[in-house]
Order: sequence, then C-alpha cells, then structure tokens
Amino acid sequence: MSFPILTVVTFLPIVGALWILFIDKRKEEKIKQIALITAIGSFVMSLPLFFKFNLATHEFQFREMVPWIKEFGISYHVGIDGISLFLFLLTSFLTCIAILASWTIKERVKEYMIAMLVLTTGMLGVFISLDLFLFYVFWELMLIPMYLIIGIWGGPRRIYATIKFFIYTMAGSVLMLLAILAIHTLYYRETGEHTFDLLTLYNLDIPMRTQFWLFLAFFFAFAIKVPMFPFHTWLPDAHVEAPTAGSVILAGVLLKMGTYGFVRFSLPFFPYASHQFVPIISWLAVIGIIYGALVAMVQEDLKKLIAYSSVSHLGFVMLGIFVFNIQGLEGSILQMVNHGLSTGGLFLLVGMIYERRHTRMIGDFGGLAKQIPVFTVFFMIVTFSSIGLPGLNGFVGEFLVLLGTFKTNVLYATLATTGVILSACYMLWMFQRVMFNKLSNKKNRDMADLNRREWAIILPIVMLIFFIGIYPKPIISRLDVSVNHLLSQVDAKYKKTVNRLKIAEEKLVLKGDPLWK
Amino acid sequence: MTIPLTWYLILSGSLFTIGAVGVLVRRNALVILMSIELMLNAVNLAFVTFSRQHESMDGQIFVFFIMTVAAAEAAVGLAIVVALFKNKSTINVDDINIMKW
Amino acid sequence: MPNVFGESFLDLIGFVLLLPLAGAVVNGLCGKRLNTSVVGYIGCATIGLAFLISVLVFIDLLRLSPEHRLFEKEFFTWIGSGTFTAIAGLQVDPLSTVMILVVTGVGFLIHVYSIGYMHGDEGYYRYFTYLNLFTFSMLLLVLANNFLLMFIGWEGVGLCSYLLIGYWFEKKSASSAGKKAFIVNRVGDFGFILAILLIFVTFNTVDFTEVFHSTPEHLTTGSVVATAITLLLFLGATGKSAQIPLYTWLPDAMEGPTPVSALIHAATMVTAGVYMVVRCNVLFVMSPFSLTVVAVIGGATALFAATIGLVQNDIKRVLAYSTVSQIGYMFLACGVGGFITAVFHLMTHAFFKALLFLGSGSVIHALGGEQDMRKMGGLRKKLPTTYKTFLIGTLAIAGIPPFAGFFSKDEILLEAYTKGNLIFWGLGAFAALLTAFYMFRLLFMTFHGKSRMDKDVEAHVHESPRNMLIPLIVLALLSAVGGFLGLPAASAINSFLAPVVGGGGHIGGVDGGQAHHVSQNLMFSMMGLSTGIAVVGIALAYLMYIKKPELPTQIAGMFKLIYKILLNKYYVDEIYDATIVNPTIKSSFFLWRWIDVKVIDGFVNGVARLVELNSEALRLFQTGFVRNYALSMLFGGIVIIICALFLL
Repeated sequence: MSFPILTVVTFLPIVGALWILFIDKRKEEKIKQIALITAIGSFVMSLPLFFKFNLATHEFQFREMVPWIKEFGISYHVGIDGISLFLFLLTSFLTCIAILASWTIKERVKEYMIAMLVLTTGMLGVFISLDLFLFYVFWELMLIPMYLIIGIWGGPRRIYATIKFFIYTMAGSVLMLLAILAIHTLYYRETGEHTFDLLTLYNLDIPMRTQFWLFLAFFFAFAIKVPMFPFHTWLPDAHVEAPTAGSVILAGVLLKMGTYGFVRFSLPFFPYASHQFVPIISWLAVIGIIYGALVAMVQEDLKKLIAYSSVSHLGFVMLGIFVFNIQGLEGSILQMVNHGLSTGGLFLLVGMIYERRHTRMIGDFGGLAKQIPVFTVFFMIVTFSSIGLPGLNGFVGEFLVLLGTFKTNVLYATLATTGVILSACYMLWMFQRVMFNKLSNKKNRDMADLNRREWAIILPIVMLIFFIGIYPKPIISRLDVSVNHLLSQVDAKYKKTVNRLKIAEEKLVLKGDPLWK
Repeated sequence: MTIPLTWYLILSGSLFTIGAVGVLVRRNALVILMSIELMLNAVNLAFVTFSRQHESMDGQIFVFFIMTVAAAEAAVGLAIVVALFKNKSTINVDDINIMKW
Repeated sequence: MPNVFGESFLDLIGFVLLLPLAGAVVNGLCGKRLNTSVVGYIGCATIGLAFLISVLVFIDLLRLSPEHRLFEKEFFTWIGSGTFTAIAGLQVDPLSTVMILVVTGVGFLIHVYSIGYMHGDEGYYRYFTYLNLFTFSMLLLVLANNFLLMFIGWEGVGLCSYLLIGYWFEKKSASSAGKKAFIVNRVGDFGFILAILLIFVTFNTVDFTEVFHSTPEHLTTGSVVATAITLLLFLGATGKSAQIPLYTWLPDAMEGPTPVSALIHAATMVTAGVYMVVRCNVLFVMSPFSLTVVAVIGGATALFAATIGLVQNDIKRVLAYSTVSQIGYMFLACGVGGFITAVFHLMTHAFFKALLFLGSGSVIHALGGEQDMRKMGGLRKKLPTTYKTFLIGTLAIAGIPPFAGFFSKDEILLEAYTKGNLIFWGLGAFAALLTAFYMFRLLFMTFHGKSRMDKDVEAHVHESPRNMLIPLIVLALLSAVGGFLGLPAASAINSFLAPVVGGGGHIGGVDGGQAHHVSQNLMFSMMGLSTGIAVVGIALAYLMYIKKPELPTQIAGMFKLIYKILLNKYYVDEIYDATIVNPTIKSSFFLWRWIDVKVIDGFVNGVARLVELNSEALRLFQTGFVRNYALSMLFGGIVIIICALFLL
C-alpha cells in the first residue's frame, strides 16, 4: 500500500491539537508555534498532491479505503480529483496563513489553537470524503470549532452571530442528512446492498420526482453555506463578529463547501432536477451578484462590505456551475480558489488595520496611503484582484464563468457582467475613503507599517494572485479531465431520464390516455 | 380450597390504585413516598401471583430486584425529603415547585 | 531576414514589452532606496531602448513585402478551457508598428520631460513606476494578437490611468477623479467583455487573424450579430476614448500631473479606442449601422466638446475638451470608413497634443502650479521656447498648412464629405472652426496681452530646464513635419497601413482599390476651405482676445444662458449624478436597510422568534409540581395501554 498522504495531511492538524492539549496553557508562545508547525507540515505534505497529480485520468487519485461500520456499508473512503484538489490545497494553505494571523490572539490561546486545528481537519475531510456518511461527519465536525471561534473570540455581538451561523447551517445540514439517508435507502431497495460509498451511489438512477425533493434538500444545505441570495444574512453578521482568522477561513474555505457540494453531489446525483432548477438558481445567482454589489457599496463597516462582496462573487460561482459546460464549471472552480485568496487577503488586511486602530468603520480612516505605504500596495493589489482586473487571478475565473454563461444564456451573462462595473464602484470607493485623501483623523498618525509577520502572511497570497492571473494553466489543466468527466456523466444521466420520459409519454399517446392533460 | 387468581389480582390492583391516588392527592412528601412503596408492593404481589400460577421462578426473582430498588429509592427519597425540610422547613409538595420552567 | 544578431529584429518584439515592465518592477521594488536620478534614468532608458527596438522592428517590417507584413510570436497559452484558448502572443503588423512607434517615441519624450517636471516630488519613484507600467500596458494593448490579451492591456492602462490621475492622492479631487475614470471606463469594459464573449460564440476563437479571416464566413453584412459585436466594441471604445456618453472622466483626469495628461490623456491611452476600432475594421465594415453610429457619435462629440472648450478657463481643461473633440474626429473618420485617416490623425494628434500638454505643463511649472488662464497673460517674452513650440502645436491643431494637423484633419473632412454626407462634413467643419478659435483663445490668453498674474507669482516666472524643453522642441518638429507622411503625393502611411484595413479605408485622393476616386479639384478646394475655416477661427480669436479684450464679457453677457450652460459643461456631470449615481446609492441604501435587514433578515429572525414564542407557550406545561408530572405519566400510561389493547 502506498503512503496514505490524504489521511496524513487531514489528520495531522488533529494530532497537533492533541499535542497542544498536553501543554501548559501558560506557554502561549510554544502553543502557537506547535499549531503553526503542524499547519505548515500539513500544507507541505499536501504539495505532492499537486505535483504528482495525474492529469490524464478522471478517476479519484490517492485513494484510501478502510471499512468502518460494515453493517451499513460505511467506510473510510477518501480520494481526490481535479475538482477537489485545489480546494484541498487552498484549505491547507489558508490554515497556515490563518494561524499566523492569529498570533495576536491574547485570550485562551490554547483553546483557540485547538479549535483552529480541529476546524482544519474538518474542512480538509469534507473535500476528500468519498463516502456520504464520512462527508456528513466532517461537514458537521467543522461546524463546532467555527461556532466556538466566533462565539468566544469574536466581537461584541458574537453570541448572536455565532448562534445564527450555527442554527442556520444546521437547519440546512439536517435536510441534507435526510437526503443522504434517502439516497442510501433508495440504493438498498434497488440492490439490497447497504452502502454510503459515493462512487457506487453515483450509479444510482433516481426517479424524477424523488430527484426533485432530494435536490431541494441538498439545495438548502448548500445554498445556505454558499450563501446564495436570499440565504445570506448570516454571513455579514458572522464575518463582522469573527476574529480575523475566523473570517479568513469562513470566506476562504467554508463558503466553498457549499459550491463544492453542488458540484460533487447535486449535479451527478440529480442531473434532471439540476436542469429543472437552472432558471431558479441562475436568477438567484444573478440577483446575488447585483444585490450583493449594491448593498456592499453603502456599507460603513469594512468587514461587512467584504462580506457582501462575497455574496456577489459567489453568485458568479453558482452561475458557472449551473450552465453545464466546461468553461462555466472550470471558471467556477477557479473562482472558488480566487475568491478564497482575494477575499481571504482582504480580511487579513482589514484585520491588520483593525489591530492597530480597533475600528473597522470606513469613516474612521482616510489618507492611510501616506502613513503605511507598504500596506497600501498590498491592499491595492488584493482590491484589484477582487475587482477582477485582467492579469490578476479574479479575472480568469470570472471571464470563464461569463463565457460559459454567455454560451447558454445571453441574458444571464449580460446581467452578470454588470457586476464588473459594480465591483469597481464599491471597491474603489471604499479604497478611496480608507487609503486616499488627507489623513484627517489624528488617531491614524501613529499607525505602523507592516511588520515581518504580516509580510509573511500577505506576500504568499499576493504571489498566488499574480501567478494565477498570469499563468493559470497548471490549474486549469488539472481541472480539465475531471470536469469533462463530470459533465459527460451528468449529461448521460440527464439524457437517460429525458428519454425515459419521452418513451413514457409516447406510450401514453399510444394508449390515448389523457393523463398528462 | 385455593383462593382464585382473580382475588389476588383485584387486591394487587386495589393496592396500586390506592398508591397512585395517594401519590396524586396527598401533599405530604412522606406520605407520597409511602404511596409509592404501596404501588411497588402491589406490583410485587402481582409478580408473585403469576409466578405461582405459571410455576416459574422468574417472577420471584423480579420481586427481589424490586425490593432492592424500593429500598434504594426509599433511602434516596427520604434523604431528599430531609434535605428539603432543612432548606424549606416544609415537606408540603405544593410549596416545592422550584423545578418550574 | 537575418541581421547582425543572426535573427530578424521582429523576434525582439518581446523586449519592447519586457523593458518597460522591467523598469516598472525595478523602480517599484527598489525605487525608494535608489537615488532619484537613477530612478529617472531607469524609467527613461527602458522606454528609450524599447523605442530603438521598435524602430528596428519597423525597419525589418518594411523590408518585407506588403502582403507579408504580419509577424506573430506566441509565448504560452494563457487561458485554455475546452475549445476556448487565449494565447499570450504578440502581433507585429503595420498598424501595431505605427502604434508602438508613437507610444514608445512620444512616451520616451514625456519620460524625459517628467524628470524635470516631477523634480523634487516626494513620490518620484512611484511616478516612474506607474509611468513605465503604463507604457507596458499600452504596448501590450497594441501588440496583443487576440482580444483577451488586448483586454489585459486595455484594463492595465485603465489601472495606470487611475493610479496616475490620483497620483496626488491627498487631494480629494484627484482621488475622486481617478476613481471616476476607472468606473466610467468599466462601463465601457462591460461592452468590451460582452463583445469578446459574442465574438467567441460567433467565431469560436478570439485570435485577431482568425477572426478577421473568417469574418465573411460567420457574419453577413448588416446582420444583427455583426451590429451587436461592433456596437459593444464601440461602447468599450467610447469609455476609453472619452466619447459621448462616457467622456466625463477625461476633463476630471486633468487632476493628474501634466506629463501624465500628455502621455495618457492625449497621446496614447485615450486613442486606444480608435486603435481598437481600426483593428476591428473588418468587423465594423460588416455593419453599416454601427459605422453610422460611430460616425454620428464621433462627429457629435467633436462638436460638443469643442463648444465646451470655448469657455473653459483652466488651461488643461481646454486641452482636455480639445482632446475629446479631436478623438471625435478620429471616430468620425472611422465611421465613414476612413480607418487609415483615423490612424493618421491619431498619430499627428499624438504629436501636437502631447506638445500642447507639455507646453501647458511648462507654463504651469513656471507659474508654480497656476492653471487658471485668467491669471496668466503676456508670457511670450518670459517663456520664449515654450511659446514658440506652443505656437507650432496650436497652428497644427488649428489646421494651418503645412503643420501636421492640417493634413490629417483635412483628410478627415474630405472623407466625411466624399464617403459620408454633408452633415458629417458640417459637423467636422464647424468643430474645426471652434477648434481654431478656442486654441488661439488659449494661446492669446496665456502668452499675449497684459500680464494678469499675481505679483509674487510673476516674480518667480522662469523658463523650464533643458530636459523639459528638448522634448518640446522634438515634438514641435514632429508636429511641423509629421503631416507629410500623409501627403497625398507620397502617402507613405496610406500604403503602409493598407494591408491592415483590407482595402476599406484609404486616404482620399490616392488610388486605393475600390476607394473613391476624388478629383484633384475637389481635393484642393477642400484644402482651401478647411484652411479658410481655420483662419476665420483664428481671426475671431484675435479679434476677441487681442483687439477688443472687452468683447468676450459682452458676448457672455448677451448670451447669459448659453454661456452658463457651456461653462458648466451642459451640466452633464450633474445630470449623471442625478439620474444614475444618486439613485443607485439611494436604492442601495434601500436594499440594505429595508430589504436586507428588515425583510430577509427579518424573516430569518422572525422564524427564530416564532420558535421562541412557541417555546414560551409550551414551557408553561412545566409546572414544577411533581404530582402534575405523575398525573401526566399515569394518563400517558393509560392511553398507551388502551391503544395496545384496542387498536393493535
């Protein structure tokens, strides 16, 4: 058996958490170091996945399978394909950044770091699970540390925010659990075999009407997580109250679980229902793009502004997933990664000035460019990445999504493109009010520029922003085969259902049965 | 002459009802505890009756268990009553409703 | 075509791009620690070298036969997804060569000028970083061999424009102007992106050569798709090239340092829209309707901006409106099919407008930052070199032979008349009259008459240093002789650019495929006429600002309303604010405060509240009396027993 790289990467953080458990909580520096080392270790270990990834196959790679609860066909089955590869890497990467950004945490450092590491394992597990039960376990596992991180280390309204986040997400997940059980039962009825294995269950041909309801159940779970308009209101609250690292992880990874879920589960399980839902989802996505941008424009709190901009950006991702062509889907996946980098970067940068000034209100700033020039440069690059300036990462994903959408529906694409104008409006207006003009607020006079730790946090993100913008090929080429396979799989199943429908109708016509009237 | 089964069961049922009514209507915690004992013993009687009827020892064994539980329960119950009396100077259950909401 | 390097110089095209980029990177990363003069040298040397390479490329291209003057160099696949590929590749053809020569040539002069102009500024290295980055983006824009790569350059110049307009970011007006420029341009980009999408869906490629070669297969003349593509592209062009309705950012952009206005907002970036339309001439020709739109917008903008230019008092704003107006001319030329003429005017305009801006910069520099022409006057003696070069520039833009502007503007009017109609010609001719008038008004108000300067300003007036004057002189030379390139007899530019426009648009008078044969008589009478128009304009300006300086105030008093409207630029900014900006912000507030917080979040919290209310009611069942619990247990037990007995 080959080296179980996925397991090691995924569970290394939890090992780190256990290690920290046995350390005196007064040794804060040591705890932080251990957390950072495990996170970096996990990230470094995950790099071979990128380099050894086989571009030629759509099969899941680096697979590991161990039976877990045999009676119900539950197994520890993990593996990775082009779609999950980058989300997995993004997670392990952002964790390092987030932990490094948590150096300024003062209270309950030990508990914080443990929560952070457990969270990481949960997130990593979600992206590699090839077993529905396992997936659900990881999905819920990550919820609890996040709940604690917002609820204990958050801002003044943290309790409200974290309970809202928790219950909202839970409400969705419960429906998903039901749907998972339903899929399991359907398969059992058809074959008499208990299994939660994703790859086996993919073969299941779910009846049309059932597809509709199960799709809806998954839809709520994922749409809340994404979050799609109008399920987004937990996001601004959670972001505003969460500590910096919490926001970074929330925006960078947690939101992607929703979109990833759509790609991994909703599309291949319910192709027919997915097609039926295209108008609804596309409209919600388009509304989300425009609405998120407009609401972002008038925010007074930097974090809220970025939170609403996430709603707008994720609208692009959703739009791209539900056009069922390669450009749209690849654009979406790329956009997930891009959003993680640029929005994560924005939260980090806002966190840096928050630590200096203990305010996030746009009105309290102004003229910072002169005071902290290095910060300004980074902030500007990340801002423009978020706006989608060509040559930076945001553009590539956005453009591919628009291209994919345009091929299937000109109206959606045109409306979505207005987001291009609006994103410039709210981002640049914010940037002007924070960084430019006269330094009028005296409290800003003694702000220090970036220190070495902050350099280390933001520099890798900016480098990736440039890299993906200029040479996205290594990423897109790894997506190609998997995405193509997924689309053909969905298409074949969809056609099968439609054909069956046609045959059924023909039969009815032959019989002269007026049932369909 | 053997006493028919029904008589035993009627006695057991009557005892149980007396116990249940006692639990529901009396206010004195001690009396309630005693009523509970009465209910338990009503059950014991039924067990013994059926045990003899079916000529099986299972019922007898159960009775022993129940007696043990009843003893433990009486001990715990009396301890609670004593503790309550110390705190509230009353064992009237109407005055003890701190478990509300 | 081997040379000393064993290879064709065309292969070096990558360096034309790379050098400015390298300059930007070096200055950006270590400029703060470098000596200011080193920063300046790096900035200028990279552009200078790029210019030299461009010249070599140009020479090499000339040595090829006209049909083969297309050289493509592909570096790597930038985006490849499914059937969509966008390659990072460059394309050298006559059109892009003309553009890179203008960009690097004029750019180099402006870099040199900047060394003097920006001397002592705090952000010196920042300035040169942006300027080099701008040159890189502009070169990428004109050299790209496909639409998407062109879009990088397109947005890159927008970014640099944003950064440079807001260069003095501590001034609120400057940072607002930068923001406005970027956002207004984004409106144009909205069109450009959609055009690229439509082009890909129609042609299944975004490569220039492939698109233009397969145009006849995929598009029919006058089809909806052709019109849609071209109109969307043109929307992009109106943004970048400051045409109606998206021109409002350009006058505000004058907040930037003057050399920036010269480079970006006169010579190069704002003409990118013209370049793009000419580049896509094959597409535009497919849609007569779009061409008419282009011509109408161009002509209307030419006239509209000129009228505003008549009454402005800020020296740079006059030049800004003049730029808008002149680019309108270029679009007018494109619209009537005179694509080469448009490029010709683009080139001459680059020379004389850069000259005028740099000249005004020299004046502003001398006056310590004063831009109001009402506080100038009589500078002729004090700034002799600036005055002479400025005069040449003014003559060139007014269209006095033999200066550059005359030839190109005359060609445009000729084209408008022969290929378009009398209305287009009328628009152009009237705008030409106004141009001559307001430019000489500017000249007279600034350099002639009595000094109206403040005393302490006047005391410090000095001619600019040499490194600022030399670019002025070179540009003055170019403005004086640049027009001969398009001289009908020689018409070098016509035959050079002919392959690019596929026979669609030739400079009138010269044999060019199916182009109109314009009689010599018509041509010369047009020349005479346009010269006459210019002279009338100049004479009017002379009358009003030299002979009878009280006249302008009287006229303004007579036409109060018109004057006020013109002075306030037709209130277009105010109208946009009232109809677009403010409603958007108001509705955003409405969406946030009402829809988001009250309705959507209200619903979410409402659900939570509902659950809470139910719980409030249900918890009353917990009385705390043990007997109640016992009773319900008993009751429950009885119910279960009854169910078990009777229902099962």
